Amino acid sequence: MSEWRLYEVFVRSKHGLNHKHVGSVHAADAEMAMENARDLYTRRNEGVSIWVVPSDMITASASDEKEVLFDPSEDKVYRHASFYELPDEVGHM
Amino acid sequence: MYAQLVETGAKRVKSLDEMSPEERAFQEKIDAETKIEPKNWMPEGYRKTLVRQISQHAHSEVVGMLPEGNWVTRAPTLKRKLQLMAKIQDEAGHGLYLYSAMETLGADRDEEIEKLHQGKAKYSSIFNYPTLNWADMGAVGWLVDGAAIVNQVVLQRTSYGPYSRAMIRICKEESFHQRQGYQILLDMMREGTEEQKQMVQDAINRLWWPALMMFGPHDDESPNSQQSMAWKIKRKSNDELRQMFIDQTVPQLEYLGCTAPDPDLKWNEETGHYDFGEINWQEFYDVLKGNGPCNRERINTRKKAIEEGAWVREAAVAYAKKQKQRAAAA
Repeated sequence: MSEWRLYEVFVRSKHGLNHKHVGSVHAADAEMAMENARDLYTRRNEGVSIWVVPSDMITASASDEKEVLFDPSEDKVYRHASFYELPDEVGHM
Repeated sequence: MYAQLVETGAKRVKSLDEMSPEERAFQEKIDAETKIEPKNWMPEGYRKTLVRQISQHAHSEVVGMLPEGNWVTRAPTLKRKLQLMAKIQDEAGHGLYLYSAMETLGADRDEEIEKLHQGKAKYSSIFNYPTLNWADMGAVGWLVDGAAIVNQVVLQRTSYGPYSRAMIRICKEESFHQRQGYQILLDMMREGTEEQKQMVQDAINRLWWPALMMFGPHDDESPNSQQSMAWKIKRKSNDELRQMFIDQTVPQLEYLGCTAPDPDLKWNEETGHYDFGEINWQEFYDVLKGNGPCNRERINTRKKAIEEGAWVREAAVAYAKKQKQRAAAA
């Protein structure tokens, strides 16, 4: 079965939510990957929508690169609302 | 448990000072409870230990379908038959979640399955015992899945991300297995004939000790445990888990109105735990070596399933090819 392509499976658990990665399946084609994903990951109403994506089509960042890759966002505190202090009198904003 | 005697390749645990900078950074991450993900650097021993443990765990789920498959055509009612099939399908699913987690470590699914068929990879000793009467379906669900839950609940916190996530998914489904098993036994004890009640006691007598063996050897006889615990692949020791299982199971046993085949089993007021007798370790090692009542039968059944299913896999590939050609022509 390993010679069959590997697909990553993403499931939307409820309407309005994002698809979330749940695991992977092997399949001869995308249609079969969809059926296998349904049988494997949604046996108890876990989903309303499924994506299957060939694993080799995904470009991923290495988690060890964390510091380097995400470095540019670390020194920009002014991008957060909490950076801006408001007088109590102004109330909630 | 579902993974027993997993070889780590380590004679003893290295101290932080003895480690290479990479190893030390890795161990510090583990100590800080940061999950390890597939693309992170990891020591080769950690990777190999995980492949062994996860594949052994997956093989156990898959072989675990066989003792129950024995009763699908003989379930006493349609309701019981449907429940049993749903449980067996879950076991297949659990095997697949785990093989999928194992593949993130670079292991090949077919190769690992081949190792099982050649007797090079282990699976849990418990599945080498036969299921002789219908009450065994109840006792397997209650005791075997119950022991599995005790172990797997702890493994949800294991240090490798994909394994931990597979465990979380599996645990959600396991409690159905245990409850349906216990209910089979409850029904037989409440409404059954004298003979049926004896079947329940007989099933417990045969499966009690093998269920306790699932947790593996004593801590001091378990040389690989220390390294596995340091890597946080394992989170609790074999003896701790076995005690947890006994403490939670004995009251359920008493509620059934049955007994355990252990004259030394009794509540210890001082320790707040149940004391219990010594396990027959010779039997445990014999079964693990391949000489249990059903080892050969289980492996032969697995091989036969792969061989006889070959045409289905070939047909699926041929169909996918044809569909692709048709789509290209249209």
